[in-house]
Amino acid sequence: MIPTTFEYTKATTVADAIAALGNGDGKILAGGHSLVPALKLRLNQPERLVDISQIAELRAIREENGGLVIGAAATHNDIATNPLVRSKLPMFAESAGQIGDVQVRNRGTIGGSLAHADPAADWSAVVLAAGATIAVQGPKGARKIAASDFFTGIFMTALAEDEIITAIHVPVVAGARATYQKFAQPASRFALVGCAAQRTPDGQVHIAFTGLSDTPHRDHAAEAAVSGKPLDAAAIAAAAAAAGEGVSINVDHYASEKYRKHLAKVYLKRALEAIA
Amino acid sequence: MHLEYREFLGTLGSNSNSVYMGNKIHVKVNGKDHQHEVEPRLLLVHYLRDTLRLTGTHIGCDTSGCGACTVHMDGQAVKSCTVLAVQADGASITTIEGMANGQLHPLQEGFHQMHGLQCGFCTPGMIMTAADLLSRNSNPSEGEIRHALEGNICRCTGYHNIVKSVQYAAEKINKEVAP
Repeated sequence: MIPTTFEYTKATTVADAIAALGNGDGKILAGGHSLVPALKLRLNQPERLVDISQIAELRAIREENGGLVIGAAATHNDIATNPLVRSKLPMFAESAGQIGDVQVRNRGTIGGSLAHADPAADWSAVVLAAGATIAVQGPKGARKIAASDFFTGIFMTALAEDEIITAIHVPVVAGARATYQKFAQPASRFALVGCAAQRTPDGQVHIAFTGLSDTPHRDHAAEAAVSGKPLDAAAIAAAAAAAGEGVSINVDHYASEKYRKHLAKVYLKRALEAIA
Repeated sequence: MHLEYREFLGTLGSNSNSVYMGNKIHVKVNGKDHQHEVEPRLLLVHYLRDTLRLTGTHIGCDTSGCGACTVHMDGQAVKSCTVLAVQADGASITTIEGMANGQLHPLQEGFHQMHGLQCGFCTPGMIMTAADLLSRNSNPSEGEIRHALEGNICRCTGYHNIVKSVQYAAEKINKEVAP
């Protein structure tokens, strides 16, 4: 499979990348593990690609204001093996290590995954449960988008066509416990259903699902069943009963609506038990 | 073969107002420097196989699923069917042809000794991925080997002897390193 022709520019700064991207007919290339397959299938036929993988500041992972800032071009493997992430945000290292396979993790990036917004991608549930913010930049300047406002539909995000993701800002809450649990499709390793859950010491619980419906989302009904309560068997059972109700559930040849909803309840239960 | 491939490219549709632009790349492959002008859409696997004639790297699924095209890029295993040749500019690439150094690499010897292959199509990718694993973890458990090889598909062996081959290589490498 051969992509259509395009021009290729290697950007050395974020400003260069935004200038080269233009409006609508260019695409950002980082690891290329969502974009290159789409180019090969000709689902995507951009006029030019702007490669941001060599911009060092986009690959950095650093502490800022008590939280972590993960550069958009950090690979899944960078995140899975980073000592700061492993100590401060273990859910991020845990989920990064479950994405695809070794070769995919060596190339694919967190920013690329979020911008592509595959409805079964792992990062979406994780950034939602962690209460992360997505920093983006375009010709009109920089802005921050809450993860809960970022995903707008199947492969759709709040990112404008002339903007690029520069970083993911993740708050670090002392004493928080968080985990990501998924049922991986055995060939692609995408999440048939993935559940991220985070409980902060004040008893508030964030629960987010990916793979369950067109758009990754927080499950507020399940959160209400466990927030502010001890995470005991009764509360976990109540959250599992509420999970996946009232959302339009994906149906494909891997899983029926009934089976996916069942998986959501099972994986939510496992996630809550892991952080109890 | 190379000419046919270029002619094939010429028959494919392209965006009406885009012009062919060659990009110069400089890559080191198995320790040897190469410079070529390539079309941005050329995949790394086609550059290795068709331009450099290193056909040990195989194309299996061509959709980043099977791992037959795995090579090392700056020391990390990557699927070369999902990397553009222009992305490899400035990189150091190792293919299966670069593994033996006068004698077989311990992984190659392991696959030979432990019957790690039947048809052999997946073997170059298996060896490159296993080499990535052993470079990070020289004494992996069976579970760690199976987890590391998740991105490589074999249709013949049921993986059992592939795991044994990697264990053989790990043991040999550790013996060589030990005093």
